[in-house]
Amino acid sequence: MSPRIVPASSDAARRRDTPLQITVDGAAVAGVEGQTVAGVLLAAGRRSWRAGPSGAPRGVFCGIGACFDCLVTVNGERDVRACRRRAVDGDAVSTQSRAGTGEPR
Amino acid sequence: MTRHVVIVGAGPAGLAAAASALRAGARVTLLDTAERPGGQYHRMLPDAYRAERNGRLHHGWARFDRLRRHVLGHPRCAWWPESAVWSLERSDPGDPAPPLVHVLRGPADGAGRDRLVLRPDALVLAPGAHDRVLPFPGWDLPGVYTAGAAQALAKGERVVVGDRVVIGGAGPFLLPVAASLIEAGSAVLAVLEANPARTVARGWGRRPWELAPQAGKAGELAEYAALLARHRVPYRTGRAVVEARGDGRVEEVVTARLRADWSVLPGTERVVAVDAACVSHGFSPQLELPAAAGCALRDTASGPFTEVDGDQLTSVPGVYAAGEITGIAGAPAARAEGLLAGWLAAGGAPAAPELRPLRRARDRARAFAGRLAAAHPIGAGWPGWLRADTVVCRCEETDFGTLCRAADDRAGGAARAVKLGTRAGLGPCQARICGPTVAELLRRRAAGAPGRPAEGLAPATPHHRPIAQPIRLGELARPPRDPHEKENTP
Ligand SMILES: Cc1cc2nc3c(=O)[nH]c(=O)nc-3n(C[C@H](O)[C@H](O)[C@H](O)COP(=O)(O)OP(=O)(O)OC[C@H]3O[C@@H](n4cnc5c(N)ncnc54)[C@H](O)[C@@H]3O)c2cc1C
Ligand code: FES
Repeated sequence: MSPRIVPASSDAARRRDTPLQITVDGAAVAGVEGQTVAGVLLAAGRRSWRAGPSGAPRGVFCGIGACFDCLVTVNGERDVRACRRRAVDGDAVSTQSRAGTGEPR
Repeated sequence: MTRHVVIVGAGPAGLAAAASALRAGARVTLLDTAERPGGQYHRMLPDAYRAERNGRLHHGWARFDRLRRHVLGHPRCAWWPESAVWSLERSDPGDPAPPLVHVLRGPADGAGRDRLVLRPDALVLAPGAHDRVLPFPGWDLPGVYTAGAAQALAKGERVVVGDRVVIGGAGPFLLPVAASLIEAGSAVLAVLEANPARTVARGWGRRPWELAPQAGKAGELAEYAALLARHRVPYRTGRAVVEARGDGRVEEVVTARLRADWSVLPGTERVVAVDAACVSHGFSPQLELPAAAGCALRDTASGPFTEVDGDQLTSVPGVYAAGEITGIAGAPAARAEGLLAGWLAAGGAPAAPELRPLRRARDRARAFAGRLAAAHPIGAGWPGWLRADTVVCRCEETDFGTLCRAADDRAGGAARAVKLGTRAGLGPCQARICGPTVAELLRRRAAGAPGRPAEGLAPATPHHRPIAQPIRLGELARPPRDPHEKENTP
């Protein structure tokens, strides 16, 4: 199995979700208003979305903005921490890779 | 004139500081990068979830909710959500004013954020901590999370990281993480405390009277233990996750029995199929802001913390510190420190009778921190888990072998030279994650030649990041706005 969101119907916190949709590298991904971009990606079953210098996959590690593993581009802005940024309906997210760029970033 | 107290961080420490500063009559600006107050402990669900019962996921919710409403609704309190303090600008030598506080307000890492500057009469720093995770082979595979990440996702947005999860590391924090995952419907296969039962019991058992005032915390932990028992989740001491394996994501972890020094007992390895692993070996205080303000740090066996006096005052006039940046002792301790710091930062009388119980609570909290550290130390044998190709710096993918070779190089073995030569710690996270690990590995390699300097290079100052939170060039180019000047000029 993969990461997921607790269904609103069985959540002890009694949520009333509002759906949203973002695109990730052009493909539509459904989420819930209030989720972070990382939350949307994880709940959609994705564990990784960024590539390190060797091409090694990276996703969420620290979850609170300290590790910078989860960086994505949101509506053209690079290097946004997906675990900290709230997803907004219609956001165009693209994944980032440092593989093969040789850039010392 | 009313004093203006700026409080950075709205976790248990910052929120308590705000309440206390307001009580002492100050005007307060409380800011946090998050949209909602609560910090790590009382991480709230987003407004948009319209949750009727957020409190079901928390301990001490009613009290927190009252405090939050009181502070945020107070006429003398300005609450600034989504506000990142990215820099503190020290005043001129001899000027007793605390540093200027530079803030970016708007969506996290967004390009169009509002750039503001605050000129406080006193500053309370309460930015908290993040998980400290030691490296092991495969710790960089997707599906390996810090325990804090699993907790933040479960509590803060109801996302569960996996269905078959092993939780490992050191410290009582592993228990609430297990509880959250169980509550959210995951199968927690085991909770592994790396320290042997002997160490844990010795740490907790000494001077048990110190624990009594932390009864809230003890009760909370007992509840988690009961929950684990009810769900038949084994809690094992002296065992750790020493390797994660999988093709592009974690598929199994290797756990092993450890000796008291955390070296692996050969032949005790076990392979467990998982879809997620959550690890935390302790916490690292977020020291960027105290370092930027010029606050003295205090070295302890578990690393440096912000030094404060009996009044929570740092070495810099007008700058107070509270919560996990002064020591790791949990939410009640953070609260006690915050209450003191807020009152004194606001200019409240240091001899006020109501401070006496607060000081006592704070002192007990410090004793508690000491016990916590004694019961859950990091054993010296962990580098034995590493292989030459084990990634140490996640950002730059510097491996253990490369680091060792650089450290042994007689010409360049000093910390700063190793950093430049291997790029360890120079990636996007700026050594927040690998910094303590690399420092310790180098210290050990250099045990024969401590402090060997590299010519022409300043020593590495691991917590000094001139930019505490990322800022974009476009934002930097715009001059900052002083919100209060604007208020005064019609
Ligand atoms: C991910 C995580 C989850 C945790 N969950 C639990 C738990 O469930 N139970 C438990 O007992 N303990 C938990 N802890 C331990 C926790 O650190 C303490 O219990 C407690 O929250 C510490 O209080 P604090 O006020 O010192 O810091 P925190 O609660 O961490 O609050 C600090 C606040 O400061 C803000 N901040 C930091 N830097 C800046 C900046 N530059 N600008 C603006 N704002 C800033 C942060 O956004 C944060 O809200 C957790 C720790 C972590 C790292
Ligand atoms: S997961 Fe660490 S910064 Fe986002």
